[in-house]
Amino acid sequence: MTDVIIPNAGREQSTPQNADLRAAALRPVLETPRWWWPSIIVLTVLVLGGIAAWIYQVANGLGTAGYSDGAFWAIYEANLVTFIGVSYGGAVVSAILRLTHAAWRAPLTRIAEATALVTLPIGMVFIIPHLGDPSRIWELVWPPYWNLTSPILWDFFAVSTYLLATIVFFYLPLVPDAAIALETLEGEAPSTRVTVRKTLYRVLVGRFGGTPYERGRLNGAIGLIAIMIIPMAVSVHSVLSFAFASSSRAGYMETILPVYFVVAALYSGVALVVLTVAASRKLFHLEAFVTPRHFVRLGFLMIAFGAAYLYLTFTEYLIDGYSGTAGASAWVYQIVAGRYAIPFWIYFVAGGIAPLFIMMFKRLRTTSGVVVASLLVVAALWIKRLVIVIPPATEPLVNSPLAKGGVLAGNWGTYHFTWVPISITLAATAAIPLLLLVVFRFFPILSVSEIEELAEEHGTQEVGA
Amino acid sequence: MTTRHENELVAEDGAGRDELTAAAVTIGRRGLLRAAALGSLGVGVLGALTETLVAAAEPATSTPSGPVKQWCMIIDLRLCNGCKVCTTACQTAHYLHEDQTWMNVYTMTNAAGENYFMPRPCQMCEDPACVPVCPVGANFRTPEGLTLVDQSKCIGTRICMNACPYDARYFNWSDPVPAPRQPFKQEPEWPVPQVKGTVGKCIECAAMLPTGQLPECVTNCPMGVLYFGDLTSDAAVNGMGATIKISTYLAENDAMVFKEEYGTHPRVYYIPGHGQDLNNNPSA
Ligand code: SF4
Ligand code: SF4
Repeated sequence: MTDVIIPNAGREQSTPQNADLRAAALRPVLETPRWWWPSIIVLTVLVLGGIAAWIYQVANGLGTAGYSDGAFWAIYEANLVTFIGVSYGGAVVSAILRLTHAAWRAPLTRIAEATALVTLPIGMVFIIPHLGDPSRIWELVWPPYWNLTSPILWDFFAVSTYLLATIVFFYLPLVPDAAIALETLEGEAPSTRVTVRKTLYRVLVGRFGGTPYERGRLNGAIGLIAIMIIPMAVSVHSVLSFAFASSSRAGYMETILPVYFVVAALYSGVALVVLTVAASRKLFHLEAFVTPRHFVRLGFLMIAFGAAYLYLTFTEYLIDGYSGTAGASAWVYQIVAGRYAIPFWIYFVAGGIAPLFIMMFKRLRTTSGVVVASLLVVAALWIKRLVIVIPPATEPLVNSPLAKGGVLAGNWGTYHFTWVPISITLAATAAIPLLLLVVFRFFPILSVSEIEELAEEHGTQEVGA
Repeated sequence: MTTRHENELVAEDGAGRDELTAAAVTIGRRGLLRAAALGSLGVGVLGALTETLVAAAEPATSTPSGPVKQWCMIIDLRLCNGCKVCTTACQTAHYLHEDQTWMNVYTMTNAAGENYFMPRPCQMCEDPACVPVCPVGANFRTPEGLTLVDQSKCIGTRICMNACPYDARYFNWSDPVPAPRQPFKQEPEWPVPQVKGTVGKCIECAAMLPTGQLPECVTNCPMGVLYFGDLTSDAAVNGMGATIKISTYLAENDAMVFKEEYGTHPRVYYIPGHGQDLNNNPSA
């Protein structure tokens, strides 16, 4: 297969700029920095710790994770929502920015898509510790068992479809890059690593030859997936909210919940992209391609979703609190002034106000400012998901506290965090960088052909390269 | 909705039942949900198929050996002294943990601020909230009107615990209480011992009913609070041996169902007498 046509045949390709770009994109593949193995080992140990905790939970029952009949849903359900939520960053940065022809996205798309590719399966894995009897999980994929009226089954269908779309969306833009990478690797001294990568790239490239016609078709396909992935992303999180909302429980039974979930996912998704882009930029020396302007723009994008989220939170609590009905008002009271007040106000300050504040002032709106804001958003939105999931699941429906004469009286259930779900949550968090390191070990970290194409169209200045 | 037919059986000679079912709408909300859900999924054919299957599964009104029994429970709150013997009897019979109160006796407060007691078994809803939400169909309704859980199918998502408006469901968070060999095998009608990682709840002692035995809680209640009966024959008895004609008893004693506004149409009827409001609304 030495006759692979050079993808940008007819384009000048030996400019120093292009050479730099190609080298940078493949640097994580070809070089092993000193921190690489230690990081891999530490992260793997954390993941294994989570698996061990899960085995302990399977042996001893879900009670070891702090659950009880007074708190039947808690951290795993919140994690499921959080991790699937952050995978939306990929859809936004790649799909929405592609559709709006924002040229500056080019150096970010691969990292954003990889983040989506990695976080979505991690989120899906939370189905396993969530289930009381994970050994029967096959019933979810075995049609004779399907009960089509169940929101959980809709979730399962929606998320699986979205996973498929995410994989395709990662794969398609990779095709021309794999061709370029193959060409770059030709010059490398033969070693196992190079041979393995070459074989992989050949498979990915397939019969793609890089002719203008093929490029046109490929771009058409990518555009189509970009359009499709947006309603899919919206539907996944809407449907995820149905599992909560399709009940008669105050705090879950909210028509605002689907919108709320989607916006939260977009918000935290962009924040995670900021973090992965910042980390990649530092670790793999992408400073020449990912500039401070990228962070400021991502920051503005993030804060637009953040403001929308703040507005939805305000609307929800104001209306439910104002209604004065037993369930809804008691629930709002518990959140803003009762037993869930501390986590709620942590979200409000760290995830609602602080990021807005940081983005508002030019002096704070630096690269590190945006990174700090994103860190706050990711953490605060996880806490917010706990505040969404736990209070209604701990509220007794018979003999409710409000009926007993006061919103604080009564036997509210409580969720107690134990080491088991904390280890599993840590493991899932560690799995994000771990899997990203592995992904970038195999695939170019920058979408070279997209950057080159857009740089040609818009000038290097606009792309940021 | 065909599920309404059982009410008509007793409504013929019981005016009180009309009041009870006054809020009954012609299409159950679960049916509406099902229709909407299937529509939005765009599986019209599957939807029609499911409807057919559901229709086929509707309880038959009669068999060659007479009408299918329609079990119900009547709880006379005027008599309950809160001793919780029913709770313990149930837990002993089904080998349950102490916090698995399938029959839970709540201490309630009426509008005047006085306490009264309210036993709460599974309400055996005609339109159960817990059944449609299960992804693997582990919850089902028998022709006799009992909602049961198949613990050999349940995967433990707990979405049914989210759905039930009566907090009637209890999860097995750890290993169940060990049980000796049982007269019946582990099945939805007699889920003993319980299965770790699945949901359990009151079964109205389903496996004991065909043999003519009353549920454990009914037999053991020293106050005669709990009546168990059959709507088709319109008769119920309590543990003290008192027999009542259901339709007359419900009508004469202003019977009510718990949280009627949820549209679940429970088959557990409460006789009030403490100025209470079963809908749990403090303003009443
Ligand atoms: S009371 Fe709850 S568990 Fe029992 S049938 Fe009704 S919804 Fe289901
Ligand atoms: S009917 Fe049977 S299962 Fe239900 S509460 Fe009474 S004893 Fe327990």
